[in-house]
Amino acid sequence: MLTFTIRRLVLAVPTLLFISLVIFMLLQLAPGDPMAQVPLTVPPEVKEKMREALGLGAPVHIQFFKWLVQFFWVEPQVLIDHIFGTSFSEGQLRVLSWQTRSPVMDIVVQRLPQTLWVVGMSYVLGVMIALPIGIYSAYRQYSVFDQVGTFVSMVGFSVPTFFTGVLLIVIFSVNLGWFPSIYDTTHKVTDWDSFIVQLQQMIMPVMVLALFNAAQISRFMRASMLDNLNQDYVRTARAKGLGEKTVVLVHVLRNSMIPVVTVIALGVPQVFGGAIITEQVFKVNGLGQLLITSIEANDLPMVQTLTFIFALLIVIFNLIADILYGILDPRIRYD
Amino acid sequence: MTDLINQPMPTTPPRSQWRDIWDQFKSHRGALLGGIVFLLIVVTVFIGPLLWTADPTFIDIRSRNQGPSWSHPLGTDQLGRDMLARMMAGGQTSVSVGITAMLLALFLGSLIGVMAGYFRKLDNILMRTTDLFLALPLLPLLLVMVLLFREPLNAAFGPETGIFILIVTAIGITSWMPTARIVRGDVLALKEREFVLAARSIGTTNVRMITRHILPNVMSPIMVSATLGIASAIITESALSFLGLGFPPDFPTWGRLLFDAVDYMQQFPERVLWPGLAISLTVLSVNYLGDGLRDALDPRIRGR
Repeated sequence: MLTFTIRRLVLAVPTLLFISLVIFMLLQLAPGDPMAQVPLTVPPEVKEKMREALGLGAPVHIQFFKWLVQFFWVEPQVLIDHIFGTSFSEGQLRVLSWQTRSPVMDIVVQRLPQTLWVVGMSYVLGVMIALPIGIYSAYRQYSVFDQVGTFVSMVGFSVPTFFTGVLLIVIFSVNLGWFPSIYDTTHKVTDWDSFIVQLQQMIMPVMVLALFNAAQISRFMRASMLDNLNQDYVRTARAKGLGEKTVVLVHVLRNSMIPVVTVIALGVPQVFGGAIITEQVFKVNGLGQLLITSIEANDLPMVQTLTFIFALLIVIFNLIADILYGILDPRIRYD
Repeated sequence: MTDLINQPMPTTPPRSQWRDIWDQFKSHRGALLGGIVFLLIVVTVFIGPLLWTADPTFIDIRSRNQGPSWSHPLGTDQLGRDMLARMMAGGQTSVSVGITAMLLALFLGSLIGVMAGYFRKLDNILMRTTDLFLALPLLPLLLVMVLLFREPLNAAFGPETGIFILIVTAIGITSWMPTARIVRGDVLALKEREFVLAARSIGTTNVRMITRHILPNVMSPIMVSATLGIASAIITESALSFLGLGFPPDFPTWGRLLFDAVDYMQQFPERVLWPGLAISLTVLSVNYLGDGLRDALDPRIRGR
């Protein structure tokens, strides 16, 4: 197991390098000019100097190498400095956003809590809704509950989040006026009343994402339970007189959770990607919204870093899913 | 053996495989309904404009923001364009983008899957490429691709064809990976079967082997991923249009209509409803169709 983990970790390095190269080369083709916003009265030689100050004068491979150094060498140092109060990164150039001329990672850190709250909450909630539904509808296959449950999960899986989000806004904000349609990030939770306000503004984006996730996970849970319910060991467990509750909730559930846990781990990066749309619908200024605004503003360092962070999440969670699978299922041996 | 001989002779003629599949498919009520609804949507969207001849781009500013009436069954938008005509025109684009992108992804996926499964030398490199593609963050990359290539393609093919090519290609080359994996797995198993050995022993070439013996046998997973591919392509296109990075405003798609309607959500909520319902219903029906097809084409489930 350990050698497998180490081998996968080593293999992840070229994968990540390749992905960052792909993103970088794609962005090199960008037609926009970062100097487009500079007034026309600025003489061309000054513009050329400004362009060089952004690091655009160097050849492509040098630019790529510099980005790699900044992202993988300087930024961790900044993080260490921030935690331990040391000064490793002093005087070193960090990845700078072209829009704000401030370090990209600082902006990412500012935006991260909103995304984590909304996305994280919705995923936890989605899993909590999905598991009982999946278990019960597999246990009572073809019952009314199962029919309704599979239909609802099919609908939840098919209706795109940008429609459910807009629909909820029309119903609950426009017609009923219960919840605000815009997520206010400056809102601070200090007492009970402000907590209620925070809850009200979070409920719609969280529910939209949670329903979508729950639909997918409950389908997996149901299928996995159905696979296990007909196995011989279930008959054995019943035959030796175990209670129905023990059979289903201990024996079957444990075995059915193995693939579901990996699906849950694999779904995390996709949820971050999908949150781009939900954040746009509810005007949450999280990472997804940051990506869209920086794409529109041609802020290449920002787009590069954000896309790479999304790729990093995918690679990390793939690794976690593989390792979890090996740990949970003793039949799987990678070596 | 004697038991077999003593049994009465079968009176019904043997049934073909496709007949069995159709019977299983028919018994899946959701799949049948999904198929009918999807066909209805496609027919409405493509034949409808011949019957309802209003021009979806005709601007009649005096009759803007109207509710449903006999002259405009779904009302008009903020520029007085007929919503029914726009819905049908939008549907044409959305459905054609979905089907074309699915075909492209299917072609790429089957090609890579068959190549990787059939030729052992290519297996490693092709599957590593597939893994790399699976590790790419797709939605951000799609957004970047649309942003980058919109201008040059618009200049080369005109705004409508340019963006159509761009979106279809972008969706196609970012969604072939699941098909490739499934097809490779099936091809690997098929390659060891006796009929492949038999075919090889009479001197069948690789090309004939793939087209005559391998491909027909991996049709069922390909067909299932085709239906699921249409659904995801339609959702991706709508999502891109909804983020404002898809088709231009005078060239409606369902996602674009939804995006435009969000600005008028407070006054005219029904305008959000129609395109959203259309997208959801199409995707739902296609997903049910895929579910039914998967059950019908799986010989282990069939006949139960």
